[in-house]
Amino acid sequence: MSSPAPVTDWVHDFDHTDPTWTENPYPIWDELRTKCPVAHTNRFLGVYLPTTYEAVKEICYDTDHFSSRRVVVRSVRPEPPPPAPPITSDPPEHKRAKQILLPLFMPDEVKKLEPRVRAICNDLIDGFINDKSCDAAARYTKYIPIRAVTNMFGIPETDGDLFIKWIHEILELGLHDDTVVMKAVQEMVAYFTVHIEARKKHPTDDLISTLMNARTEDGQPLTDMHVQGALRLLLVASIDTTWSAIGSSLWHLAKTPADRARLIAEPELLPTAIEEFLRAFSPASSGREVMKETTVSGCPMKPGNMVLLAFPAANRDPTIFPDADKVIIDRKENRHIAFGVGIHRCVGAHLARMEMFIAIEEWLKRIPDFRLDPSRPTTWSEGSLRGPRQLPLLLGKE
Amino acid sequence: MSGTLKVRVDPNKCQGNARCKSLAPELFELDEWGYAHEIGDGTVPAGLEDKAWLAQANCPEIAITIDEE
Repeated sequence: MSSPAPVTDWVHDFDHTDPTWTENPYPIWDELRTKCPVAHTNRFLGVYLPTTYEAVKEICYDTDHFSSRRVVVRSVRPEPPPPAPPITSDPPEHKRAKQILLPLFMPDEVKKLEPRVRAICNDLIDGFINDKSCDAAARYTKYIPIRAVTNMFGIPETDGDLFIKWIHEILELGLHDDTVVMKAVQEMVAYFTVHIEARKKHPTDDLISTLMNARTEDGQPLTDMHVQGALRLLLVASIDTTWSAIGSSLWHLAKTPADRARLIAEPELLPTAIEEFLRAFSPASSGREVMKETTVSGCPMKPGNMVLLAFPAANRDPTIFPDADKVIIDRKENRHIAFGVGIHRCVGAHLARMEMFIAIEEWLKRIPDFRLDPSRPTTWSEGSLRGPRQLPLLLGKE
Repeated sequence: MSGTLKVRVDPNKCQGNARCKSLAPELFELDEWGYAHEIGDGTVPAGLEDKAWLAQANCPEIAITIDEE
């Protein structure tokens, strides 16, 4: 199909897949925040775009007017795809579905994976540390969440490229073509059916078995469809997001030697710095469907439209974050909403934080000096996720 | 001289971000789903006041209140 027309009016005709947005969305959001806190486009069958912290939060909390049955803004709007609870669930079903996942992703649970993630990072670094350069997005940041999630699921790490293909089809290629999404979902169902059936015969102690054995509040086991949906959610939501967040953090550190030096000298600052990277480079925007007419920040919102919930834009709102466009690695007050707020707060947030922490800590230990490769460009993902997809770095001192 | 501080997590607002637990583990703990609540009656021991304010300033749900007694 032909490419959509380039955007010339971001207030009335925005497009989150426009190359200008992909290259650098921050000036666009700054403009919108001052001109129109909730912009609208007729593209993608009608979408609102809140860019202030206040408007984004208000929509997150208002599950009465805004449904999660669709969470990806696309230019086709068929019947909602098979549910992936709890991200596609609304109250009251949401709580039941989320409570099944929450205990599996508590900070203490996630901590058990730490040694494994540390080993994964070092194994990946071993692969390129003797070279003078590397594409960190292709050889490091991508494989940390892939290997972490495959370890949790109890599935082969080597299937990682298959997951990347499905995610690319669902979140990028499928934005304009439903058959691509449906085919990816069917392939995922077939893939997980094999793993679920195997565990019916021989139970294991991984996350797939845990979900199969989970019981709802009224003591009922989850249906295979529920287990499948939750597995698709965890796979799709855990890989590109964390790949992006680690990549953006390394991208910043590659061009900011003072922050590198400070994190090496003051490693106790790293958790605070990670929160700042999450704020400044929030990877994910979510979506909602307007179900009933309402008004947010003075903007009337009509049913049938989608909302692109731009957490990355909210996190750059200068009325909430002083020097919002500066990365301040010791920022003390940081109420960022990179993981969303309200009932849909990202269930994997603590896992993502841990992976980011270990990935940056191990990288700085072994590669304290690195910089962007001036001869090869950094490229960014397209759509509702933002992170480096090629991150060419030169390793070692200049 | 300022009085004793008391922290409280509003269970209707907390979504389990656990920023408070991470910044002030002496003052907050998590339940079986990861939602936070204050330890004991929320009284902040002397010397931990800064941690209490820090936890409050980093809660994205604005779920933490601090009373000065």
